[in-house]
Amino acid sequence: MTTAELIGDSLWPIVSGALTGTIPLALVSMALGLVLALLVALARLSPRAWLRAPARAYVSLIRGTPLLVQLFVVFYGLPSIGVLVDPWPSAIIAFSLNVGGYAAEVIRAAILSVPRGQWEAAHMIGMDRAQALRRIILPQAARVSVPPLSNTFISLVKDTSLASLILVTELFRRAEQIAAFSQQFMVVYIEAAAVYWVICLVLSAVQSRLETRLDRHVAH
Amino acid sequence: MSRTDRTAPAAPSPRPHGAQPLLRVRGLQKAFDGTPVLRSVDLELRSGQVLALIGPSGSGKTTVLRCLNALERADGGVVDLDDVRVDLGADPTRAQLDALRDRSAMVFQHFHLFPHRTVLQNVTEGPLVVQRRPAAEVRAEALELLRRVGLDGRADAYPHEMSGGQQQRVAIVRALALRPQLLLFDEPTSALDPELVGDVLALMSELAREGWTMVVVTHELTFARDVADQVAFMDGGLVVEHGVPADVLGRPRQPRTQQFLRRLLRGTELPPDDPTDGVRTVAT
Repeated sequence: MTTAELIGDSLWPIVSGALTGTIPLALVSMALGLVLALLVALARLSPRAWLRAPARAYVSLIRGTPLLVQLFVVFYGLPSIGVLVDPWPSAIIAFSLNVGGYAAEVIRAAILSVPRGQWEAAHMIGMDRAQALRRIILPQAARVSVPPLSNTFISLVKDTSLASLILVTELFRRAEQIAAFSQQFMVVYIEAAAVYWVICLVLSAVQSRLETRLDRHVAH
Repeated sequence: MSRTDRTAPAAPSPRPHGAQPLLRVRGLQKAFDGTPVLRSVDLELRSGQVLALIGPSGSGKTTVLRCLNALERADGGVVDLDDVRVDLGADPTRAQLDALRDRSAMVFQHFHLFPHRTVLQNVTEGPLVVQRRPAAEVRAEALELLRRVGLDGRADAYPHEMSGGQQQRVAIVRALALRPQLLLFDEPTSALDPELVGDVLALMSELAREGWTMVVVTHELTFARDVADQVAFMDGGLVVEHGVPADVLGRPRQPRTQQFLRRLLRGTELPPDDPTDGVRTVAT
């Protein structure tokens, strides 16, 4: 089999691994992670210490341990205390928790970057804390957090390759199977790398458009 | 345009000065991290009157305004505003502070317009979202107010597309649209380029003539002299001298007031009194 034939035969399995594995895994984990991150960020900014403390501990734990270890704890660790989780849910749980920890810090910083005067103006017109957050603060924080959250998302897309180690069939696991079968490690792994790269190029383009869109009404 | 004047919100509504004070502040105290900023501040203002708060920076002027709008929680003192009485020393509830806040509206030194909202949205946000008034009415009133401050046609602009003077006029309209009993101005022209100060002061003079009750923290002594009914000079968290502008600014009795005015006027002179300027009823 020539290299060209190998690429021709293996490209679709790898791309379909991205379409049915990598991309949905990243999207779902990012979405859940963002919801979690917003809650954790708000807890960290809360005036109540009993909300701040666990939020801080969570962020510290997530950022202080390797993602691979987090993944293994969920998939291989939990069964030993009687909780059996399938590969896909395990991966989504671990990635969501991981993104939640990192994105919480991004969102917290973005909220803090909104000038205090915006809170005061919101209160002045009679808004309570929740209204001020939802209508005045978060829309402005959103703009600030697009670049760092895009970084988080792009990292997540690449990190999903770790899910191959808990038997989730995604892009990289497909590539491994093909490489093992064909014994053409160089070609197949470069092919896999190229597919990741293309996905990330698309994401970068989306990020630029989002920034331009959100920039329209902000002073420079 | 006043809060009680709901049928004709945009029409000028001169009101006689009330007999009862609209605002009465007694013994207002506030400390930040143990450092007293307000030691004991007493103020009284009747409906339709304008009070100018002057004094060196750090004297507590701005803190008085912020306590009145409940942006700061004072440590002690009693505030009566309209029908609300809040004893700030007695651990007031959120609802009490909200009631106080609902009756006043503030114009900030740095405007604090919402950058992601259009001019019109900045103005209607409070009436629509907080006061839940009918959208058509709120919109019509906001557009009329914008027209009156010379910003017709800019309703759909964003704050960053406007000059500082225009932004401050939007901020004033945002405050008026809340239909407050009391307008609070925190150095409203200090952040403006000199050539833009005049428009904002002119608008404030007009509001004073229409009968709005206003507390204005300012360094604009000409404005204080010509527009205010009362001037209070603050220093070190206390009202050191309080009276009609002619007395406080013209014949200050307290050495600290004299010193402050001398320093502020060094090199500049107050322009002579304009005798054609409308004579305002002055409280004594």
